[in-house]
Amino acid sequence: MVDSAVLHASVSELHGMLTQRQISSEELTQAFLERIDLLNGKLNAVVTVCAEQALNDARRADKRLSRGKATMLTGIPLLHKDIFCTQGIRTTCGSRMLEQFIPAYDATVVAKLKTAGVVMLGKCNMDEFAMGSSNETSFFGTVKNPWDTQCVPGGSSGGSAAALAAGMATLVTGTDTGGSIRQPASLCGITGLKPTYGRVSRLGIIAFASSLDQAGPMARSAADCAHMLTAMSGLDAGDSTSADLAVPDFFSELSGDVAGLRIGLPREYFNDDLDSSVRAQVMSALSQLEKAGAQLIDIDLPHSHYAIATYYVLAPAEASANLARYDGVRFGYRCADPADLEDLYLRSRSEGFGEEVQRRILVGTYALSAGFYDAYFNKAQQVRRVITDDFRKAFQSVDVIAGPSAPGIAFRFGAKQQDPIAMYMEDIYTLAVNLAGLPGLSAPAGLINGMPVGLQLIGKPFEESTILNAAHRLQLDTDWHLARPPIEEWQP
Amino acid sequence: MTWETMMGLEVHLQLATESKIFSGSSTQFGAPPNVQADAVDLGMPGMLPVLNEEAVRFAVKFGLGIGARIGRRSIFDRKNYFYPDLPKGYQISQFFSPIVCEGVFEVPMEDGSLLPIRITRAHLEEDAGKSVHDIFNQESGIDLNRAGTPLLEIVTEPDFRSAEQAVAYLKALHSLVTYLGISDGNMAEGSMRCDINISLRRTGSDVLGTRTEIKNVNSFRFVERAIHSEVERQSDILDSGGSITQETRLYDAERDETRSMRSKEVANDYRYFPEPDLLPIEIDEAYIEAVRASLPELPAAKRARFVSEYELSDYDAALLVPDHATAAFFEEVVSLGGAAKPAANWILGDLSGALNRADLTIESSPVSAEALAGLIGRIEDGTLSSKLAKQVFDGLWQGEGATDEIIAKRGLKQVSDTGALAQLVDDVIAANPDQVAQYLAADEAKQKKLSGFFVGQIMKASQGQANPKLLNELLIKKLNDQS
Repeated sequence: MVDSAVLHASVSELHGMLTQRQISSEELTQAFLERIDLLNGKLNAVVTVCAEQALNDARRADKRLSRGKATMLTGIPLLHKDIFCTQGIRTTCGSRMLEQFIPAYDATVVAKLKTAGVVMLGKCNMDEFAMGSSNETSFFGTVKNPWDTQCVPGGSSGGSAAALAAGMATLVTGTDTGGSIRQPASLCGITGLKPTYGRVSRLGIIAFASSLDQAGPMARSAADCAHMLTAMSGLDAGDSTSADLAVPDFFSELSGDVAGLRIGLPREYFNDDLDSSVRAQVMSALSQLEKAGAQLIDIDLPHSHYAIATYYVLAPAEASANLARYDGVRFGYRCADPADLEDLYLRSRSEGFGEEVQRRILVGTYALSAGFYDAYFNKAQQVRRVITDDFRKAFQSVDVIAGPSAPGIAFRFGAKQQDPIAMYMEDIYTLAVNLAGLPGLSAPAGLINGMPVGLQLIGKPFEESTILNAAHRLQLDTDWHLARPPIEEWQP
Repeated sequence: MTWETMMGLEVHLQLATESKIFSGSSTQFGAPPNVQADAVDLGMPGMLPVLNEEAVRFAVKFGLGIGARIGRRSIFDRKNYFYPDLPKGYQISQFFSPIVCEGVFEVPMEDGSLLPIRITRAHLEEDAGKSVHDIFNQESGIDLNRAGTPLLEIVTEPDFRSAEQAVAYLKALHSLVTYLGISDGNMAEGSMRCDINISLRRTGSDVLGTRTEIKNVNSFRFVERAIHSEVERQSDILDSGGSITQETRLYDAERDETRSMRSKEVANDYRYFPEPDLLPIEIDEAYIEAVRASLPELPAAKRARFVSEYELSDYDAALLVPDHATAAFFEEVVSLGGAAKPAANWILGDLSGALNRADLTIESSPVSAEALAGLIGRIEDGTLSSKLAKQVFDGLWQGEGATDEIIAKRGLKQVSDTGALAQLVDDVIAANPDQVAQYLAADEAKQKKLSGFFVGQIMKASQGQANPKLLNELLIKKLNDQS
């Protein structure tokens, strides 16, 4: 019997145990599979478990470990968000449309992590096509927040965040188009990083909004995220937008030194609209960094308030085209007995897509329509440049920009479901980072009424190391990231 | 009422790259359905396009070939519409910033003049697949082999006034792209497809009429016929006081008429927007110069050179040049010693006639350039008369060996021996006293005509082998001796 502490151990700890043969990857994998088995009925965080394949992978990892050829990630159990295509394993993207879809290929991220030796336990639930901030839009049902199962885990990588928080895996992957890694990381009390646009290949990741989508690591600490990011990153000839830049060993760049680090606090984030308890936790985290030698500087991001409007034109516009391929012709859901082509399209898409996805397709189609293109899409493109420019100017005087990851703690199911705008406000602090293509992370900053809240750190392009290092400092000095949801209390 | 025809053409040219424009699949024509379609071509979830740089180079070659401006920063856009043979639900094209911008293409006309046609733009895009409606009972099939084949869409201004001009343009375009090696230009296989925009306006007016678009016409002959029938249709409507509906029409070659396409696309809104999966194509001066340096001699330059270097007529040059292989064959014959003018005559005359009859291209001609050069050499040195040469050509075509072998085998040497010829002349003069008398009584002009009779008789007697030049000299001399 494996000590349940391993379920919450860090990559470094597990790597030490694996290389010293204190535990095998197979035992570790078995323990996580049992944990998933135990908790998933309640949390619904995982939609597909690949037990047999995981154990095979684990045995292969054990051989590699015994040959002394292991990397940091060899034998470490991981769950993928179900937006990453996995060869031979169903990839649903949280949608009825892809309920039966089995890709013939691995996403580059999946292949890279496989090469690094991780053991894939299965696939995580998510908002349908990554459209949502609460995991309530999944065709496979809502994901429960392990901190309070009456509450949402955030989204769209809510299954990933909940699974990690509940100890169902050591590492999970997420994708972030407008906050989909950072907001659920904040709501579930874990560390999640959205890398710079182009840092991680998008090949094999089911597209939502191509100019904004970026995959990233979600883990228990900045250090674990660093290990994972090193393995995930790099130029991919198969993704023309991936960056041709050397990938550092992000872990070895974590010096913990933040002396002289200039952290900008945008007045637009810390204004009167910010919930006072969130402000208190975020400021308490920032004062920790200040104590460690960082400087806090007030800055301006004057066009911040345009981010939501801009995002909700551009992202749906791109999505309206990206989701056109789901037409019932070649793969995916097809309606029964179509009368003709028009009927095939209409019913396959009406029955295969959920409400939020259909809403965004409609919004996006409208924004691109003749007569509206200039007023909506083109204008939004212009504002996107203005917002990007705000960040560029701000980064002339600071190294990092800090703020909340989300406007509040996890909310109850249904609380915002009938009000799309309220739901869209969940990403008010994260959207602009995607529009500007910058790296951003969320790190735990304590609890409010027993529920986690996150600090967001935003970096300059391709300076993930800087924000990871700041979070790492915070995690050396506090134990917020070690807080665990009260799962044992509600266990049978 | 007289009407002036205004036409612009849109040509979809398949570029002859080995692989598709955004995937590694082969572009070969004629494979079994769907074997040349990978996950990208199928529009599978998560797949991304990667631009084939060869397609960019081909597009730039074309732009330089017509002297157009090259877009230094061209951008791909998504053109959104649903159709079963369009896997992604959008076509990656270039709408806002094409790779080839405005230019002027000079089209050689049959009378030797050049017709300037303004090129509006040419842009890169991917071809769609094919829907197959006639194989499966009650169901349609989709073949995505063609999906993703690189296309260059070449758009002209409404500069054409007649079907002849349109066809001349297409032929010149075909010639140019095959010279550039960027397309096989095969209309029958769909490598070059033509849409024709036609409107009529009152002669002298400068207001354009309502236009119709005839889609996908797939041969030079059909282009000509489609235009004639559409112009007739429009002028009939206008003459009887009607008005033209702006619409897309199809040309039905069997009925020789255009008809309105079922309007599945009522007021299409393609919702173009920049393709976020691809970076803009940035082209700098160095790249353009490198491509320019790689350009072969193009048809216009070659025509001019054939006239100046080989002293060919404009007419001959215009016939030899359009087909690259024919021009190359001609130059090979000349380089192997064949005189230029007879080489042109043989290639454009007997050789192309024989090739056409046998349905062969000049690349697979049974008569090699070397053989033709040998034949021409024997004509030039007087060994063969043109009449004998035709027999030798026949021997060459049949594969009987080289010219000299055939001459020997068939005994076709021209008789140039003055003694033997004199005997033949004497015999014919002696056998035809009446004609001799007529000849002597005639004036000079008449005499010329009458001498033909004697030449014919002597040729007959010599079985065609008499050297006509020597024969003529001897005959005139001997006839005049009779007086």
